[in-house]
Amino acid sequence: MRAADLITAAVLMLLAGVVLFDAVRLGIGWGTDGPKSGFFPFWLATIMIATCAVIVLQALRRGSAAPFVTREQLAPVLKVLWPAAGMVAVTQFLGLYVASALYIGFYMRWVGRHSWLAVMALSLSIPLVTFLVFEKWLLVPLPKGPFEAWLGY
Amino acid sequence: MGIENIALGFQIAFEPFNLFVAVVGLSLGIIIGVLPGLGGANGVAILLPLTFRMPPNSAIILLTSLYWGALFGGAITSVLFNIPGEPWSVATTFDGYPMARKGQGGAALTGAFTSSFVGAFFSTVLITLFAPLLADVALKFGPPEIFSIQFLTFSAFVGLGGGNPLKSLVSILLGFILAAVGLDIVTGQLRMTFGIAELMTGFDFIVAVIGLFGIGEILLSVEEGLSFKGVGTGMNLRVVLDTWKVLPRYWRTFIRGCFIGFWMGFKPGGATPASFMSYSFAKRFSKNPEKFGKGELEGVVAPETAAHAAGVAAMLPMITLGIPGSPTAAVMLGGLIIWGLQPGPMLFVEKPDFVWGLIASMYTGNIIGVLMVLAFVPFFAAILRIPFAILTPLIVVVCAIGSYAVHNNMIDVWYMLIFGVLGYVFKKLDYPLAPLVLALVLGDLAENALRQSLIMSQGSLTIFATRPIAGIITAVALFFFVLPVLTPWWRRLRGRPSRGGVTTHD
Amino acid sequence: MKGQRSPSPHWIVLSILGSVWLTGGAAPAVAAWEPTKPIEFIVPAGTGGGADQMARLISGIAEKHKLSPQPLIVVNKSGGAGAEGFLHVKGKKGDAYTIVITLSNLFTTPLHTGVPFNWRDLTPIARMALDQFILWVNAETPYKTAKEYIAVVKERSGGGNRMKMGGTGSAQEDQIITIQLEQALGLKFTYVPFKGGGEVCVNLVGTHVDSTVNNPIECVSHWKAGRVRPLAVFDTAHIPDPDWKGIPTVKEALGVDIHYLMLRGIFGAPNMPKDAVDWYIGLLKKVYDTPEFKKYLSDGALKPAFTTGAEYVKWVEENEQLHKDLMAKGGLLKK
Repeated sequence: MRAADLITAAVLMLLAGVVLFDAVRLGIGWGTDGPKSGFFPFWLATIMIATCAVIVLQALRRGSAAPFVTREQLAPVLKVLWPAAGMVAVTQFLGLYVASALYIGFYMRWVGRHSWLAVMALSLSIPLVTFLVFEKWLLVPLPKGPFEAWLGY
Repeated sequence: MGIENIALGFQIAFEPFNLFVAVVGLSLGIIIGVLPGLGGANGVAILLPLTFRMPPNSAIILLTSLYWGALFGGAITSVLFNIPGEPWSVATTFDGYPMARKGQGGAALTGAFTSSFVGAFFSTVLITLFAPLLADVALKFGPPEIFSIQFLTFSAFVGLGGGNPLKSLVSILLGFILAAVGLDIVTGQLRMTFGIAELMTGFDFIVAVIGLFGIGEILLSVEEGLSFKGVGTGMNLRVVLDTWKVLPRYWRTFIRGCFIGFWMGFKPGGATPASFMSYSFAKRFSKNPEKFGKGELEGVVAPETAAHAAGVAAMLPMITLGIPGSPTAAVMLGGLIIWGLQPGPMLFVEKPDFVWGLIASMYTGNIIGVLMVLAFVPFFAAILRIPFAILTPLIVVVCAIGSYAVHNNMIDVWYMLIFGVLGYVFKKLDYPLAPLVLALVLGDLAENALRQSLIMSQGSLTIFATRPIAGIITAVALFFFVLPVLTPWWRRLRGRPSRGGVTTHD
Repeated sequence: MKGQRSPSPHWIVLSILGSVWLTGGAAPAVAAWEPTKPIEFIVPAGTGGGADQMARLISGIAEKHKLSPQPLIVVNKSGGAGAEGFLHVKGKKGDAYTIVITLSNLFTTPLHTGVPFNWRDLTPIARMALDQFILWVNAETPYKTAKEYIAVVKERSGGGNRMKMGGTGSAQEDQIITIQLEQALGLKFTYVPFKGGGEVCVNLVGTHVDSTVNNPIECVSHWKAGRVRPLAVFDTAHIPDPDWKGIPTVKEALGVDIHYLMLRGIFGAPNMPKDAVDWYIGLLKKVYDTPEFKKYLSDGALKPAFTTGAEYVKWVEENEQLHKDLMAKGGLLKK
C-alpha cells in the first residue's frame, strides 16, 4: 500500500509540475480585469504539490505495509483490463464494429467458455445491431476501419 | 399569456398522433439515456432533421419526450453498473449501486423512477402556473449569481467529508485542473494543451465519469472473482409496489429535492449540480447519515427528484425567454428556429397552441414515461443475470461507444481506459472520486462565471457581496464551508461527543 | 496478450480487400459524382449556436426534399474555438465525404491561438449567407440613439465604472467589433466574454451588461417583446427586411464607417475531388432556393449571399486580410 501511495503521489506531483510550467507561460498574475489564464492553474498546481508532499510524508511515516493488490486479486483484474485495452487498440485500426466482434467473441470463449455457437451468434449479432442502431437509425458515426470501407461505408 | 389555454394544450397533447409521437420519443430517450455519453442533447440533435416533416407541435413533443426518456433512462445504468448514463445521474450511483449489489436493484430503480416523476410533476405544475413570472426571476441571474450557486453546490457537497481530508483535497484539485485543460473562453487562450490537437477539446466530464465509475468499478469488483453481485434482484412487479409503500417516508426529501431541482433548473445552473446539492442536503438532514453511500433508498430519491425537477424546469427559460436552461434545451431552441418559430417572450402570444401543447405534453409525457420505465423494472433488473463473460465485454463496448460519441473522438476512448485505471487506483488508495467529478463538472462553469464577474467589477471581489442575490447565496456557501470546522467545536461546547468522519459519498 | 495478436491476419486480408475496392471505385468517374455513403457535416462550434442551426437546417432541408441520396450527418467539434473541427477536416485529405460550415473563427482562431490551419487548407464550396451585427442596448435604458449611448460610454471610459459590452468568446468577431468602436470613437468598454450569442443577449435583458453587438437572430425575440433596443447596424446599408429597415447604419448614427459581416459558408476537405465539389455546389444551391431556407434568412436578418468558385475565394481572401488587420490593430494576434 505504501509503495502505491508514494508512486501515486509522485505521479500527481509530476502532473502538477507540468501544469505549473504552462501556467507560468500563460501568466499567473491578477490583471486589471481579474485573474489571467494561468492564475487558477498555478494555484491549483501549487496546492496540489504541497498536499501530495504531505501525503508522501504521511505514507512514509505510517503507511500500511499491506500489499496494494495481491496476486490473486490482480489476476482477474488484468483479465478484464487487458482485453478491454486490446479492444480499444484494435478499434483504432479496424473500427469499433470489427473490434467489438473480436472482443466479445474472444472474451466469451476465453473467460466464459461458452459454446462456439453462442460465441459466433453474439459476437456477430451485437456489432450488427450496434451498426444498424447507430449508423443507420440514429445517424451517429462510430469509428470505422477498412472492413466497413470495403462494404462501402 | 394566460393559463386558460391549458385546455387547448391538453387537446393538442391528447391527439392520437401526438400521443404516439410521445411514446416513440420516450422509448428512444430511454435508450439514449441508458447509453452513457449519448446524452439528451445528442439525442435531440440527432432527431432534429427528422422533425422537419412534422407540424411544430408534434415535433416539440417528440423532442421533449426524448428528453424525458433520457432523464428517466440515466438512472438505469447508474443503479445496475455504477455507470451514470447522464451527468445528472452521478449522484444516483452513490446509493443506487450499493443497493443493487445488495440485491435491491429493483427497489433502487423503482425509487429512482418514482422520484424522477415526482420531481418532473412538481416542476410542470409550477411552470403551468407561474411561467412568465418565473422567467423574470431567471433574468436576475448574471455571472456573479451563477458563480455563487456553483460555489454553494460545491461547499454543500464537499463539507460532507469523510476519509483523509488531504486526499479529498487532491481529488478536488485534480478535477479542477482537468477542467481547465482546453480553451479558456475568457482570454481565448489554449491552456495546458502543449500544441497537442487532441487536448484542445479538454477532458469531457462524461468520459471521465464512464471511466472512473464504470470501468473502475468493474476492475474493483472482479478482484473477488470474475462475477457480478446483486443477481438476487426482485424479478416481478411486486418490487414496485413494495417500494412504493416505503417511499412516502421520505416526503421531506421529495419536497426538498423538488425545490432544489426547480430552483437550480430554471436558470443556467443545471440538473447536475442540483442532484449533488439535493443529495448533500438529504444526507445532512438525515437522522442516520452514516447509512448514506451504503445503499440507502433516500440517497437515490434525493438526487433523482432534483435532477428531473431541474430537467423539466430547464424548459422554462427556453419557452419564456428563448434562452436554453440546459444543453438539450439549446438544441431544441435551434429546432424552434428551424421550424419557423421565433423562440422568446412572444411565443406565448403568437403561438399559444405550441406553448400550451408543449406544457400539457409535459404531463402526458412524464406520466406515460414513468409507467413505461416502471413496467420494465423487472426487465432492467434481469440484465444482471446475463453471464459475466457476456456482460463484461458488452459494458465495455457500450462505454467505448459512449465515450466516442461525446465528441466523435477516438482519444476519448483511450481517456476512458486511463480514467478506469485511475478510478481503480484511487479507490484502493482511498482518494474519493465524487469530489473529483464534481470539480470537473463545475470547474469550467465556475471559473468562467467567476472571471466574468471580476471583469464586470473591473477586478473587485466585492461584486459577490454587494449584489443581493449573489451575496446571500455566497454567505450560505461560506457557512457550509466552515461547517465541518464548526460542528465538532459546537458539539464539544454542548458536551456531546463528536461524530466521527463517515466514509460515504463515493 | 493473445487477444491483440489474433486480429492481425484479418487486418492484412481486409486492407488488401479495402485497397482492391478503392482502386475499383475510382473507375466510374465518368458519370456525375454522387455520394454513396453518409456525409459528415462538421460544425466547428457547439450545439445550438448560429452555425449549428444552419448546418442542421441544411441537413433537414436536404432530407425533407430528398436532395441527397445519402444523409448529411451533423457532427459538432467545438474544441479550441473550433480548431478541433478545422483540424479534423484538414486531416481528411482528398475525402469527398467531409464538409464543414464556417463562421468567423475560420480566420480568428488560427490568428489568435496559433493553431496551424488556414482556410487555404480546405476546399471552398459555397458561401450561403452573411450574418449582420447590431448594436443593442436594454430597452429600459434612456438611450434612444447610438449617439446618446456612445456619449455616456465616452464619459465613463476613464473611471472604474466603464460601460460593459457583452460578446461571444474572446478575440472573436464581437470583440473585434468592440475594439473597432473603441478605436474609431476614442472610448473604452469593459468587454465581457460569454460562451454563446443567446447567453449574451439574455445578459443584456437582465442588465448584467450595458450593450451587445449580437447577430439579429440572437436578439430578435427579445426585441419583439420590447426588452432590448437596436441602435445601429454594422453594415453599409439598412437591412432590407421591413421589420429591420428602420435601424440606421453605424455611419449614419455615429459618423464613423464601421462595417462587419460574418461568413456563413461551406468548405470541403483538402483536395476534394472536383466532381464532388460540383455535386455539393448543386446541392447547396438547391437548399438555398427552398422557401424554408429563404424564410430562415429573412427571419434572422441574414444577408442572402450565395456564391461559389472564384468569387467566393476572392471574398474569403479579402476577409482574411481584413481580420489580420483588425486583429493586429486590436492587439489580438498571437504573440
